[in-house]
This record gives sequence, C-alpha cells and structure tokens, in this order.
Amino acid sequence: MKKNNGASFWQKLRELDQVSWDNPLDKQLCQAVGDESEDEKRESDPFDYAMHEAQLDERRERLYLEERLQLGMLHAWSGRQGLRWLEIGYRVLSLLFCVAIITFLMTTVLALPPLGAENNPTNNEVSQRYIEKGVAETGSVNMVTGMILDYRAFDTFGESTVLFVAACSVLLLLKLGEHTPDAPSLSMLEAEYDDRHHEPKNDAILQMAARILVPVILLYGIYIVLGGHLGPGGGFSGGAVMGAGLILYLNAFGFEKTGRFFTYKTFRWVTFLSLMTYAGLKSYSFFMGANHLNSGISLGTPGAILSSGLILPLNICVGLIVACTMYAFYTLFRKGGM
Amino acid sequence: MNVFMIVVLGLLVVCAIATSVTKSLLASVVIFMAYSLLMCMVWMCLQSPDLAVTEAAVGAGVTSVLFFIALKKIHAIRGDEEEDHHEEK
Repeated sequence: MKKNNGASFWQKLRELDQVSWDNPLDKQLCQAVGDESEDEKRESDPFDYAMHEAQLDERRERLYLEERLQLGMLHAWSGRQGLRWLEIGYRVLSLLFCVAIITFLMTTVLALPPLGAENNPTNNEVSQRYIEKGVAETGSVNMVTGMILDYRAFDTFGESTVLFVAACSVLLLLKLGEHTPDAPSLSMLEAEYDDRHHEPKNDAILQMAARILVPVILLYGIYIVLGGHLGPGGGFSGGAVMGAGLILYLNAFGFEKTGRFFTYKTFRWVTFLSLMTYAGLKSYSFFMGANHLNSGISLGTPGAILSSGLILPLNICVGLIVACTMYAFYTLFRKGGM
Repeated sequence: MNVFMIVVLGLLVVCAIATSVTKSLLASVVIFMAYSLLMCMVWMCLQSPDLAVTEAAVGAGVTSVLFFIALKKIHAIRGDEEEDHHEEK
C-alpha cells in the first residue's frame, strides 16, 4: 500500500459521495431515475444502467477495502508499538514532571526565612499594630477574628461570595429539573428511586448515634460561631461543623425529616439574606470611615459575649452561609436536589 | 521541634504516600481523613487553633463525606447493593 495515498483516497471518497449531484448530466440522470420508476429506466437502457451500477459498486468496494486495510494497519501498529511508546513516554514525562515540581518546591522552602526570626518580612508594622491595638480597636479578644472580620472584612466578604458562586456552579451542574416538588420530572424520580434503593434506611445504630450526637454537634457549631471573637473559631469553622451535623441527621433519618425545616427555598433565602446582611453591615462600616470612628456602634467590654461591634453579626452571617452551602453540596451530590 | 511533632510529621508523610498507593478507593479516603486529623494536630502545635478547628470540620468531615458520595455514585463502594442483587437471584 502506498503511504501517500491518504489524501487522494479521501478525495475519491468525497467525489463518490458527491457523484451525480454537481454534474448537470448526472443530476439529470438521477432526476430521471427518481422521476421514472426503476423498472422503466432499466427497460429503456438496461445494459447502460447495469454497467453504471456495476461500476459504482466496484468503486465503492475498492474504496472500502482500501480504507479497511489502512485502518487495520494503523490498529496493528498502535497495538504493537504505539502503546509501548505511549507508556514509556508517559512514564518518563511524569517522572520528569515530579522531579521538577519537587526541586522547585524544595528550593522555595530552603529560600524561606526561619520560623519566628526577628527580622522576617512578616514581622512589620502591620502585625505590630494588630497585636498592640487590636483589642482596643476591634474589641475582639481573639486576634485572628479581629483581623479577618474587622481589618480585612472585605476579603472575608469575597470569600463568602466565592463560596456562594461555588454553590451556584454546583447547582447548575447537578440540580435536576425545575423546582416543582408537585410535578417531579422523570430524571428526578429516577434519582429519588436510586437514592432510596441504595441507601440503607432506618439503620438503628446510626439513628441512635445521630439522636445523641446531632444536638451536641449543632450546639458546638453554634458555640464556635458565637464565640468567634472570644476564643478559637469563627463563622467558617462553626458553619462547617453545623453543616456536618445536618448531614449526619440527613443520613440517619432521610430527606422526609430534614425537608420539614430545610428545603431549597430555605437554602435560597438564608444564603441570600446572610450575604445581603453582611454586605449591608460592612458597607455601613466602610461608609462611616472603616475604623468605627463615629459609626455609633459600641465595641463593648472585650471578653463579653455581646462585644466587639459588628464581628458577632458578621460571624453569624458567615456561619449560616457555610452551614447551608455544605448541606446543599451534600444533597446535590447525593440526588441532585433537596 | 519536639518528639511529638516529629512523630506527627512522619505519620503525615506515611499517610500521604499511603493515600496515593492504596488500591481500594474507600481505604484511600479513610487514610485521607487520618491525614486531615494529623494536619489538625500540626496546626494545634503551631498555635493556630482557628485553623485546627476548620481543618477538623472541613478536611476530615465534609470533604470525606463528599468523597464517599462520589464513590457511591460511581459504584466503587460494595455493600448492600450486591446483597440485594443476590437475594433477587
């Protein structure tokens, strides 16, 4: 078989496909064939017709055999040598890639300054101010919360929005059908059946464990959210803990129980209202000069639960968003709806 | 760097390698949970309890649950489903 036959081969195939439609004579012929009946045509010029048919058949057969031969050779080559080459190339490339990444990361780590050294670039006037005046300016005993929800609250707002956008993408990808529980679509019914079929329902051990654990987990999550400005914790971690508690409850008791207090509508409204509250509170704070100069919000006594100005409501907003988003992720992954 | 920290860091490396080497996907996810818990201890030793709480809740909790769901969707977890199948037969 000639190697340079490829182009002409495809050209010929194309010609064969277009046969008799571009050429006016052939078009006439085809129309004639179409208009008259086949028998009539065969009777009027039987020999010519048969010759034409035979020629076309022969060309088709030849092209078909040619194509099969070429494809067969390609298959044989890829089976014998191609796979081996691919495997060797893949291994060499992945090894090189790993070595390059390891070298790069190790060099970076070696170039880092030692942990806690006095003249590190991180040890500048910014952190000094946070440490010295943090409690006085934000009213938050936990310095980290004071930073992320007061000095850098705008960054945290961006993070919450990123989470919201991620939830929206998951909704777009995984949500099934319209939001009409009265008239579920076929795919929704299928997912529902699949969920019920694969899920072991009414597991006594799981239900007992959930009955004991879920209230404790939820309370702990609320504690982390509310105590964010007093100790370790905050909106994100507390929200994640609450979301995990809700997921455990759902796993133990199924969608019927959780559907009583948490539906798609709840998710939408809670997330929307929390984000808007966050945006409103922080806009007010920035509008009044960003440093609570005359905002009229008292910082309270550092260490009390109702202190540190806007940090507590902001923490609650972030916690609600995170808890709802975690739960929504779980339900969407599981059956594409709530 | 005290002994505890060295032990935890060594276990971290072991967990990281075991996660990628293990054949069973389910075992891989469970080892990944252990990795997250060890990482949580490392955060505690580095005196950042905020991160430790988040790591425990997100890394060991929610991420693993999502992994389990994904494994279930691709039928990588064998369980009741097969038993049902046998009963039907």
